[in-house]
Amino acid sequence: MMKLKTIVSHCKGCGICIEFCPKQVLELNELGKVNVAREEDCVSCGQCELRCPDYAIFVRKK
Amino acid sequence: MENLLAKYYRPRLPHMWCPGCGNGIVTACVARAIDKLQLDQDKTAIVSGIGCSSRASGYLNFDSLHTAHGRAIPFATGVKLTKPEHNVIVLTGDGDATAIGGNHFIHAARRNINLTVVVYNNSIYGMTGGQYSPLTPHMSMATTAPYGNVDRPFDLYELAKGAGATFIARATTYHATLLTDLIAKAISHKGFAIVEAVSACPISFGRQNKMGGPAKMMKWQKDHAVMVEAMAKLDQTQIEGKFPIGVLYQGEGPEYVTEYQKVIQRAMGSGK
Repeated sequence: MMKLKTIVSHCKGCGICIEFCPKQVLELNELGKVNVAREEDCVSCGQCELRCPDYAIFVRKK
Repeated sequence: MENLLAKYYRPRLPHMWCPGCGNGIVTACVARAIDKLQLDQDKTAIVSGIGCSSRASGYLNFDSLHTAHGRAIPFATGVKLTKPEHNVIVLTGDGDATAIGGNHFIHAARRNINLTVVVYNNSIYGMTGGQYSPLTPHMSMATTAPYGNVDRPFDLYELAKGAGATFIARATTYHATLLTDLIAKAISHKGFAIVEAVSACPISFGRQNKMGGPAKMMKWQKDHAVMVEAMAKLDQTQIEGKFPIGVLYQGEGPEYVTEYQKVIQRAMGSGK
């Protein structure tokens, strides 16, 4: 099961999730929206979900 | 948050706030706090005024009121007096609460009416284009202060305490977990409870003051906010430019709705 779920239509590309991710899992794609680049590195800490102002990223804890 | 989105939000996302605006984070903390306390959705009213932050009432799926500028607290007072069993939560901005609605704010605090007021403090009037508000820091830039803001800002804690509020807390959008806890405590408090949520406005405040974007503004909050307990142990030079977060004041006092019920009883000729 995917650890991270994104709703790209909610994302405005502010970059907060990318900055606070301790494992550099996320990046912006060519449209300036969030992209999960290295999901295997995700430790499900939830920092991105906690501080996403646009409700665009969610961590599914096992 | 995913399940809270389905439960507490109206299906009208994405919201209208700018990229990186902290208002979305504060609103999420309000939803988390409501979920934490398991409040009855049909017995919770969300009241807001005018401004960026006040748009939050339109996204939350409760009995919500989007009222006149600065008048969220009077409307909320009306709701609370007619429906004392309802949890009434006011979402307001720094300008809405302390400038346009400043008078209402201090008098609601004086009455100690059982409301929860969450002040989204982004230090600026964002929606109208970045004019300074009573909470804009001294010498910050604003479109109405191109050489720096000469005014001294209110300290919301001192203002609320002086006016008689019985629960005063502050947190930032960086400290989102703490903010959730404080809002939950404020809702549980019997009396006038205020939570100041220090929020970033990267577009109207950040750009003019060269704060370096949404993530940098949140790091600024991290570096400048100190837990109130830790702050008491620091000396004057160490607290220069810092501000306290946490529960700043909690007291007790006669609550307005309860007192008003007694007046009704007396007027009805009973309860002598």
